[in-house]
Amino acid sequence: MCTLEKRGRVLILTLTGSGEHRLGPGLISSLRSALATARSDPTVAALVTAGEGRFFSNGLDLAWAKNSSEGISTLVRLVKPLIADLISLPMPTVAAVTGHAAAAGMMLAVAHDYVYMRGDRGVLYMSELDIGLPFPDYFMDLMQAKITDPRTLRDVTLRAKKITGTEAKERGIVDKVCQSASETVAEAIKMAEELAGRNWDKGVYASIRLSVYPKLCKSLEIPQESDEAVRKHFASRL
Amino acid sequence: MCTLEKRGRVLILTLTGSGEHRLGPGLISSLRSALATARSDPTVAALVTAGEGRFFSNGLDLAWAKNSSEGISTLVRLVKPLIADLISLPMPTVAAVTGHASAAGMMLAVAHDYVYMRGDRGVLYMSELDIGLPFPDYFMDLMQAKITDPRTLRDVTLRAKKITGTEAKERGIVDKVCQSASETVAEAVKMAEELAGRNWDKGVYASIRLSVYPKLCKSLEIPQESDEAVRKHFASRL
Repeated sequence: MCTLEKRGRVLILTLTGSGEHRLGPGLISSLRSALATARSDPTVAALVTAGEGRFFSNGLDLAWAKNSSEGISTLVRLVKPLIADLISLPMPTVAAVTGHAAAAGMMLAVAHDYVYMRGDRGVLYMSELDIGLPFPDYFMDLMQAKITDPRTLRDVTLRAKKITGTEAKERGIVDKVCQSASETVAEAIKMAEELAGRNWDKGVYASIRLSVYPKLCKSLEIPQESDEAVRKHFASRL
Repeated sequence: MCTLEKRGRVLILTLTGSGEHRLGPGLISSLRSALATARSDPTVAALVTAGEGRFFSNGLDLAWAKNSSEGISTLVRLVKPLIADLISLPMPTVAAVTGHASAAGMMLAVAHDYVYMRGDRGVLYMSELDIGLPFPDYFMDLMQAKITDPRTLRDVTLRAKKITGTEAKERGIVDKVCQSASETVAEAVKMAEELAGRNWDKGVYASIRLSVYPKLCKSLEIPQESDEAVRKHFASRL
């Protein structure tokens, strides 16, 4: 479902196989496990997430939901801590969007600090309006945190626009557009290595990220740091 | 005061006459009536709002306010549910800004999902600072929702800048600039037809719009959907 590869201080998480990498209980669990590994390894200083094949991730595993009595709401509930893991991960994160990223799959991508995307094929697409579903609240909070241009946010949410890498870069959703999947991954790793080389205190990095996205963190039920924890950061510098 | 014309699945609401289309009790009531018609007609899937003559709308009917014992605050109070009607309308809305849109008239325009404007003449203008009035809270919440670039928001609110269609497009307040009033209306209708053709569930469209603008909805006293109502959207897809 996903593999981890260490390259120096960068951990590369790859969604494997030629399928749609839809988020069902199995893949969600594997991803959370991989992120836990990243979190607990003191030698890891940055994360890259990429996909094999035509898809980065095409969203929730609706087929699983149909066969389950609990349905989509279970998957929505299971994806939340996965997104929370990314938003609270104590290191810079870079998404290498190597293929289509739709709905929850697009949320997975934009939950990273940096988003690199191929421009030759693939789209970002919030399909919910086309399917007839409203957004889970934490999806909307994530979009509001990462897409502040009102017309872009409207096009993503109220127009269900399919956005290429090139347009995503122009509109500020993506940091860099590359010519192919492999170039996207290579550039993402290069960026991750550069960020790892800044030697930032990982606890402070996480602390700052939480303070940048307070509404999102509340939505994801990530606890704000206690005053004592914040004081410790200050104390350790003096 | 205003007319309604049905073109396929698009309803075209026109502020009629060569005057300033100032928002007094009469016009506000007519507009709300027209929006109620749009809301209740199951065959209508998109709305276009346009104006005849040199003005889209030049704001509140200050002459009426001067002659009324209740004054401007009454008009401010009456316009609020009109804006709420637009923000809660269960279909895409396109404003064809065919002339000057100032103060409450600019609010009427930007309360639409898409704003098309002529570039050959006419300005968007929040005149309040020039007149010596602060903004009603829901005006500010609407501006904050639709204009997120800080320097543009400042120019609109703290500089009382008169912004042409061309500048409004450059600065992200407007989606498209057209060469004339008639072209603006034609293009707006074309966009509305395109959006209507997406066949979105109208209840889900409204639900998503509310979730995109939670602060504005609170300000306009539009009730958030109950969990049960949201669950119904999900249930209907499975």
